[in-house]
Amino acid sequence: MTVVVAVMAALVSACSSGPSGPPVLTWYINPDDGGQTEIAARCTAASNGRYTIATSTLPRQASEQRQQLVRRLAANDSSIDIMSIDPPYVPEFAQAGFLAPMPPAVEAAAREDRFPSSIEASTWQGRLVAVPFWANTQLLWYRKSAVAGMGLDMSRPVTWDQIIQAAARARTQIAAQGVRGESLTVWVNALVESGGGSIITNVGEEDPALVQLGLNAPPGIEAARILRTFGDAGVAPPGFPTADEDTNAESFQSGSAAFMVNYPFIWGKATSAVEEGTLPQSVPDDYGWTIYPQVTPDRPSAPPLGGINLGVGAFSEHPDLAYEATTCISSPANSSYYFVSNGNPSSRPSVFDDPEVVAEFPMAPVIRDSLALAKPRPQTPYYAEVSGGIQRTFHPPGAVTPGATNEAATALITAVLRKEALL
Amino acid sequence: MDRPTSAVDPTAGNRNDKSRAERRLGWWLAGPAFVVMLLVTAYPIVQAVFDSLFDYRLTDPENSSFVGLGNYVVILTDSVWWTSFGVTVFITVVTVAVELVLGFGLALVMLNALRGLRPVLRTVILIPYAVITVVSAFAWQFAFSVDSGFVNSWFSWVPGVSATTDWFGTQGLSLFVICLAEIWKTTPFISLLLLAGLAQVPEVLQEAAKVDGATAWQRLRRVTLPNMKAAIMVAVLFRTLDAFRVFDSVFVMTAGANSTETVSFLAYRQTIERVEIGLGSAVSVLLFLSVVLISALFIKGFKVDLSQARGE
Repeated sequence: MTVVVAVMAALVSACSSGPSGPPVLTWYINPDDGGQTEIAARCTAASNGRYTIATSTLPRQASEQRQQLVRRLAANDSSIDIMSIDPPYVPEFAQAGFLAPMPPAVEAAAREDRFPSSIEASTWQGRLVAVPFWANTQLLWYRKSAVAGMGLDMSRPVTWDQIIQAAARARTQIAAQGVRGESLTVWVNALVESGGGSIITNVGEEDPALVQLGLNAPPGIEAARILRTFGDAGVAPPGFPTADEDTNAESFQSGSAAFMVNYPFIWGKATSAVEEGTLPQSVPDDYGWTIYPQVTPDRPSAPPLGGINLGVGAFSEHPDLAYEATTCISSPANSSYYFVSNGNPSSRPSVFDDPEVVAEFPMAPVIRDSLALAKPRPQTPYYAEVSGGIQRTFHPPGAVTPGATNEAATALITAVLRKEALL
Repeated sequence: MDRPTSAVDPTAGNRNDKSRAERRLGWWLAGPAFVVMLLVTAYPIVQAVFDSLFDYRLTDPENSSFVGLGNYVVILTDSVWWTSFGVTVFITVVTVAVELVLGFGLALVMLNALRGLRPVLRTVILIPYAVITVVSAFAWQFAFSVDSGFVNSWFSWVPGVSATTDWFGTQGLSLFVICLAEIWKTTPFISLLLLAGLAQVPEVLQEAAKVDGATAWQRLRRVTLPNMKAAIMVAVLFRTLDAFRVFDSVFVMTAGANSTETVSFLAYRQTIERVEIGLGSAVSVLLFLSVVLISALFIKGFKVDLSQARGE
């Protein structure tokens, strides 16, 4: 018996060890090139001993990151102080009560010097529930040498139809994300929003049975038409139904595709390949970039919005310190550092004026313009269902039928939201 | 096998006592494992059956409500379930049939190999089974991938295969690669079980048949196969149950695209991705019932009572 008591006492003292050290805040991060860990160290140092930030890495895919966080938070996990959340999942976390209420001072700081799209993606039912950290967007990339003879004026925004026709005439390809995954929803949403529509027309609705879909409206049909043309015009790369951002970066780098819609990470990929000696400098020199393609000539495009927002766990033992830490993590200096070192653009417009950023990323001004136009994916606590329904019905994208596919998607998502169908 | 003790005093009373003592010892030996099994398997099964009767979302526990068999009605009237069920049955039948034939061949090779060669051969044949399924799935996916795979260039001489063949772009080709990966990975398992059965066939019977002038084929059909019926059943049953729960290869290679979703993938999607615990549990319960049904059919169909196979 005494042995048991002694062991228990030892365990208790082990658990409550560290009486002198500052509270440790655990930050659940998505995998990156080490930038978030470095920022955690910088903010720990800047806190003057008020807190220490430890990082814990989540899975690679955004959907898997969400699965892990949701399951932990559903079990009231108090170890989650700060988390890096992919923007479309913010409403789900907020609606479920997984995010601690934001102190007014933090909110004021979080609204300062931010792209409106980043603020929109951190808001649920009119309240700011997460702190915008970095913001991502897709550009239209092209190979200057291949496009030179196509008769396209790339200094002005181009439309999807223009590049599809030009690529078909030149017998080259357009690399776009056709894989049945989140990137397909990103594409469909960008097409619908660029046409002036929305996948969900009553954003903010918390009752799944009352969510209204706008896929059957003309912009939705137009989006399906563009996806279909992709298949019909023969501009889809081989393996289009399985192509994701990484495979497309490869086919663009190899020159088999003259156009590509993708995130700026492809620039870092090419420049580091040059540094390693596996790619000639002439390849990135041949890269051109411009704003995401328009659906109609008279309407600016609505490029995809990605990135990471910072949430504070509702069951954290130090929510105030955690919120204080998010202000440090997303500071202009740390945002600049993260942009330059990891290639992840900032949610702060001012960072794009940093000479270091402009030197490293010559396309930074276009990224800023793109983020100013960007639109988030449909904001709903049932995002996984909406996205899953789109992925099921719009895949393979080259084979959709405008009208019929839209109706099938609407019927499926509506039934799934009412829990009357499997996904 | 001979049992010398029973030859000493074969009276009825003694035999009863003995078998009772044996029974008790059996329970003592198997009891702890049985209790652990109950804890780790029965509890989750009961919990899943209970959850499947509710409309229960992980992120919205307050609005959970009892729906009776509602979730089962939703699943069984949904074409998605039947498509997944069909795909699962297809993968199971194809892989188990091919594996049985291949596995039997490999078992014969292992049995008849030279004594010095046997351990090496056994290791070589077992290597695929030692590979983790997810790793094997990735390896096969990379091999067949249209941009970085080598299959398209190695097999470009095969009609229908070219540099741009997208193996994961259609249902037929995707299922072909998935089945291939499954067969490569689990044939060693089945051949190992069959090898154990082959080794049990008494050499005396084979020699007697040989003396009577039976050909190799006749000996295989009339002597070898009937004597290893129990081993074949165990091998086929285990593999069928395993194959019916196929998940990793589908998850890695197609993520369910092109109608390649299997029943366990469907359970994953509802439970983990949609966090609809009620609906997902109902899918899992249906999967469990399918597996129970398969076992029952096999045991009845093969007419082998495993509990009697005590080598008496």
